[in-house]
Amino acid sequence: AQTSRGSREERRFAEVPRESIKLMAESAGVELGDDVAAMLAEDVCYRLREATQNSSQFMRHAKRRKLTVEDFNRALRWSNTETICGYGAQDALPFRPLKEGELFFVEDREVNLVELALATNIPKGCAETMVRVHVSYLDGKGNLEPQGTVPSAVQSLSDDLLKYYQQITRAILGEDPHLMKVALLDLQSNSKIAALLPYFVYVISGVKSVSHDLDQLNRLLHMVKSLVQNPYLYLGSYVRSLVSSVMYCILEPLAASINPLNDHWTLRDYAALLLSHIFWTHGDLVSGLYHQILLSLQKVLSDPVRPLCSHYGAVVGLHALGWKAVERVLYPHLPAYWANLQAVLDDYSVSNAQVKADGHKVYGAILVAVERLLKMKAVSLSASAEGGAAALQGSVGGMMGFRESSPGLSPPPEPLSEPPLGIASHLQAGGAGCQWEEWTPVSLPDMYCELYSFFGDSLAVRFSTGPALGGAPSATPIQSSDTRKEPGSGAANLESTRKMPQLTANMNISPRQDGSPRTEPAPPSLATAPGRLGGAPKRKKGGQSRDIFPKARFPPPQVGPPAFSFLIGGRQMGRRCQGRRFQTSFTPTPSLTSLPPRAYAHKLPVIGRVSKPVRRWTCSHYSLYLPL
Amino acid sequence: MTRLAVSAPGEKMAAVQDGGSEPEGEKEPQPELPSDGSSAPAATPASKPEEQQQQQQQTLLAVLQFLKRNKLIESVDALRREAGLADEPDEAPGSEAGGGVGGAAAGSADSADASALLSRVAGAAQSGAASAPAKGGEDQPDVSVVLSAYSQQGDPSLYQVYYSGLKKFIESVLDCHRAELSQLFYPLFVHMYLELVYNNHESEAKAFFEKFSGDQECYYQDDLRVLSGLTKKEHMKGNETLLDFRTSKFVLRISRDSYQLLKRHLQERQNNQIWNIIQEHLYIDIFDGMPRSKSQIDSMSGSLAGEARREANKAKVFYGLLKEPEIEVPLDDEDEEAENEEGKPKKKKPKKDSMGSKSKKQDPNAPQQNRIPLPELKDSDKLDKIMYMKEATKRIRLGPETLPSICFYTFLNVYQGLTAVDFTDDSSLIAGGFADSTVRVWSVTPKKLRKVKSAADLSLIDKESDDVLERIMDEKTASESKILYGHSGPVYGVSFSPDRNYLLSSSEDGTVRLWSLQTFTCLVAYKGHNYPVWDTQFSPYGYYFVSGGHDRVARLWATDHYQPLRMFAGHLGDITCTRFHPNSNYVATGSADRTIRLWDVLNGHCVRVFTGHKGPIHSLAFSPNGKYLASGSTDGRVLLWDLGHGLMIGELKGHTDTVYALKFSRDGEILASGSMDNTVRLWDAFKAFDDVETDDFTAATGHIHLPDNSQELLLGTYLTKATPVIHLHFTRRNLLLAAGSYNSQ
Repeated sequence: AQTSRGSREERRFAEVPRESIKLMAESAGVELGDDVAAMLAEDVCYRLREATQNSSQFMRHAKRRKLTVEDFNRALRWSNTETICGYGAQDALPFRPLKEGELFFVEDREVNLVELALATNIPKGCAETMVRVHVSYLDGKGNLEPQGTVPSAVQSLSDDLLKYYQQITRAILGEDPHLMKVALLDLQSNSKIAALLPYFVYVISGVKSVSHDLDQLNRLLHMVKSLVQNPYLYLGSYVRSLVSSVMYCILEPLAASINPLNDHWTLRDYAALLLSHIFWTHGDLVSGLYHQILLSLQKVLSDPVRPLCSHYGAVVGLHALGWKAVERVLYPHLPAYWANLQAVLDDYSVSNAQVKADGHKVYGAILVAVERLLKMKAVSLSASAEGGAAALQGSVGGMMGFRESSPGLSPPPEPLSEPPLGIASHLQAGGAGCQWEEWTPVSLPDMYCELYSFFGDSLAVRFSTGPALGGAPSATPIQSSDTRKEPGSGAANLESTRKMPQLTANMNISPRQDGSPRTEPAPPSLATAPGRLGGAPKRKKGGQSRDIFPKARFPPPQVGPPAFSFLIGGRQMGRRCQGRRFQTSFTPTPSLTSLPPRAYAHKLPVIGRVSKPVRRWTCSHYSLYLPL
Repeated sequence: MTRLAVSAPGEKMAAVQDGGSEPEGEKEPQPELPSDGSSAPAATPASKPEEQQQQQQQTLLAVLQFLKRNKLIESVDALRREAGLADEPDEAPGSEAGGGVGGAAAGSADSADASALLSRVAGAAQSGAASAPAKGGEDQPDVSVVLSAYSQQGDPSLYQVYYSGLKKFIESVLDCHRAELSQLFYPLFVHMYLELVYNNHESEAKAFFEKFSGDQECYYQDDLRVLSGLTKKEHMKGNETLLDFRTSKFVLRISRDSYQLLKRHLQERQNNQIWNIIQEHLYIDIFDGMPRSKSQIDSMSGSLAGEARREANKAKVFYGLLKEPEIEVPLDDEDEEAENEEGKPKKKKPKKDSMGSKSKKQDPNAPQQNRIPLPELKDSDKLDKIMYMKEATKRIRLGPETLPSICFYTFLNVYQGLTAVDFTDDSSLIAGGFADSTVRVWSVTPKKLRKVKSAADLSLIDKESDDVLERIMDEKTASESKILYGHSGPVYGVSFSPDRNYLLSSSEDGTVRLWSLQTFTCLVAYKGHNYPVWDTQFSPYGYYFVSGGHDRVARLWATDHYQPLRMFAGHLGDITCTRFHPNSNYVATGSADRTIRLWDVLNGHCVRVFTGHKGPIHSLAFSPNGKYLASGSTDGRVLLWDLGHGLMIGELKGHTDTVYALKFSRDGEILASGSMDNTVRLWDAFKAFDDVETDDFTAATGHIHLPDNSQELLLGTYLTKATPVIHLHFTRRNLLLAAGSYNSQ
């Protein structure tokens, strides 16, 4: 239909010009004279107005404010006129002008019925209509604020609360560490701050604006922790916002991480721990949270353009979410990821040093994650073999200090459906390309073999000596029998690893149970066994590093060379490379940044765990023992 | 069950004859509803103006013409006979002619045009005409009769001069008269404009409209918009608003002094054009006394046809409550409980008196107990009454200090659109009418809804067992809600029967349906409206119900009759809401013509016409003692009316959008109003009624000064969560329940 607003006079209603009438008549095969068309046009306008007038009563009786096409159709029907079809959709129709003339029309896209019929995203049925009591006023008293809207300003709070809010935020974000501790403690135990929760959550969501300041980020994370631990707070849907802030700290290439002197790694570790804590204590508040988190972690991991620190964050995040997350996301991704990582590690050029150091970080994190994966899988296997082993699992979990990782607390079963949309930017919103891959459980021996092919001897799974099984004597034989089934070489290596004292990269993500910020250079590691430290000169090798690992983002080591870096050394065996040496470097913590930068890079001590008399291991004599 | 001797009219012939025999029926002492479904047209005042009789004749001729064309020879004869009688000066009451016509209307109800036409005729016979939607060429003769009044013609170019001359005069008179005479502007403006349009002076009409439309009162905006769209003679045919304007005389109330002033002015100026219009299209109700002030006039004006005539509100209204039946609980029926309950009603008696419902002695204002036949109480009804009294003892006495607690029932996921809600009196069930033609019933209590077992299963039940009522229910069908399918259009009204066995629903499809809440099936579809039915409600005693809709006729039905017992015609716009008086003897209807009418169920007369609203009326509520009526409209105002004196006694301003729900608390102390503006407001009804002293009523003019005390009367404003309030209900213990659907859009 072509309608144009009458340009003449100051008419208040839309008019159908006689040209339109003529056109319509022509399309129906009738020739109209000018005067007839004019008469008709006027009458049509009048009838339209009349129908519109009549349609409004249907709107009023349906107790709506919005006039719908359906209302108009009813008015037409009652005046014995044909109704118009095809405009019943709820959303507004785009009304477009034509450039060439004063022509307006409703955009009417063609609909491919076949596509529509065969579409797989069939909308789910609407939720059931129901009646619920929602707002109640007792004795005529109640909240007279507009309901359903978030309080508009802090001013609407009581003065005391307002003061409290100001004091707390000032203390936490201020300079005085003692004050901060007191504030955090209070935030953790105060029972009357529910009204302030949105404001604190808002403050925390400011992580994005302070990504250059590690200290502030740390403080905000501590605030998160205090809120999460406060038993009087019901976080509700604010969990999403908190998780989003924490995920930001885990995954984003923070501005602070441009400078290699900044220990953003610790921040990521801490944030990962916090994430798992939030998830295990409040994950039930938001449905689908677990899978949303997993999806976003997986997306980061599978995105080669992301910097290594993001990958590191993804790995520690998965690790913190428990071994099942590692098994489901990290393990299937490992082969693909490994190629990229290896390329970085193999590049010994000076310009790549920083990236390579980061690469080793990631390597170490992966190693720890898969180690625990193997360990926990073995435990769960043995436990399930035993039958009623729930208690055992609990004790195992407790002993390991990984409450979140014990199989008894494994993630709540959630359908692997697409997560609901509308979540904060850092929770993956189920976009295309990161769908769940086909995931089939892999048996423990197969997994071990696969992993061994990547990590070689550095893959230390201390089945018998690890604290995990100290209290589970019955589990040992089963496990050993399990592992015995592995292929010969693997089994042999396994045997050897048991004897070897080791220092694994646990220190990277060692969960500190108290969760307090530590700035000591060497956080206490879970595995406190003495390790062998080997100082290894960096070998230069003209390896090509792949562009996808953007070393260019990091300044060349000469600009700000680390004073110290600890390396985990090991040897990589397997199909992809033969006896490649690997190392993981630890950049020093900020406390050491005051030291003048010195060119120590070539004399870096290597924290190495050299596995048992290795064939063709050439660098073992460089290793140093470093008592931890 | 009842002594109702109501027989449905069969053929037209029979109906007409019934109508003829009606007077005898009425003379009989035994109250018996006339069976012909005769409508409002009854005893018109004897002092009918001359030209009205002529007009009546004209319309009668039109009817005869129509009947002849449809080969309804017997009807023609009958009508002619009666019309001949009617021509005799005032001997035969108009009701006879009207009755006959009404009977014919009911008989040929399936022919929309006929009934529409006839009901208009019937209305014309009364005083305010009911012009039902007249469509098509069928009623052409009638329309031309109606419009031909405009054929006389003055010089079109002088219309502006006439009007501005009058305007100048009115602006120059003394202040005290100016307000009264200003009432003339709007009707004169409309009629002059229509005359111009009718005589094909399109450009003059347009100029006239543009020049003077700005002078009109703002509350006429809606009508002016309709008017401005109308520029051709052809448009006038079939335009209902115009027919209303023409067929009904616009009523003005002017003091004698002001009227004399006007008359003198017009005679001096020889302004015949305006004088003619005043003579023909206006009805000036002259009173002796002080001219009214502007605010007094404004509070009463705004309706489509001006104010109500004084004599329209003169009939006596028996607003008192019926005597509550004495309830004796048989001792042998319930063993231990019976003793409790036997004691209780006795104890309650004094309490009930204090509540205002006179149970011991007959209220002087109450109608005869058997004025209209009411169904006898069943045993289950008596049990329910006992329950009611038990609950009433626990009732909280409300007042400005003790406001009710409010629960809001939100309908969630209502994609289809919620259009109507009702609660049962005991607040155990809630029903919703939806725009997708469904009716849904929810149980608000933990007790699930169950259907009765099928006939085959029922035959297996031991009928002697004590718990037979429990056994007949099919446990498998228990669920929190049930959906009733049957309508083919949005459901605009729902109403539970007092005994909770039935549910009524009215729909756009023109039917009212009766549903059983035992089997959750449709029992009857009452057809008769033929146009959307906007509202329906059960009588507080059950059995009867009233419905009203787009056809401007309210109908009274009994559940066991498929045709209406009464048709209440007189409104000039859609009937938007219908309510039964607590004593079941009266029915109130609110309309889109911005008036409220009170109808007598016994004889179908319109006994009250209330004007004052400035927009369509969407909610009505009677006070529990039956004395007052509250009404809410699209303009957001709530008006309070005294039924006995027929006067407006209060105006409650505060809402900013249509008031869709009104309810008095059980004791009548608090009035709750719910609106589209997402608020529930509580008003001090006691104070509102108390402030108006009866002195005002005694003034012969019937004009009262409304105190502007909305703010003092407003006890509280309660916001919902972005949810319009569609229904309000006070539980038996005075807890306020509100309902509405949340719409995220």
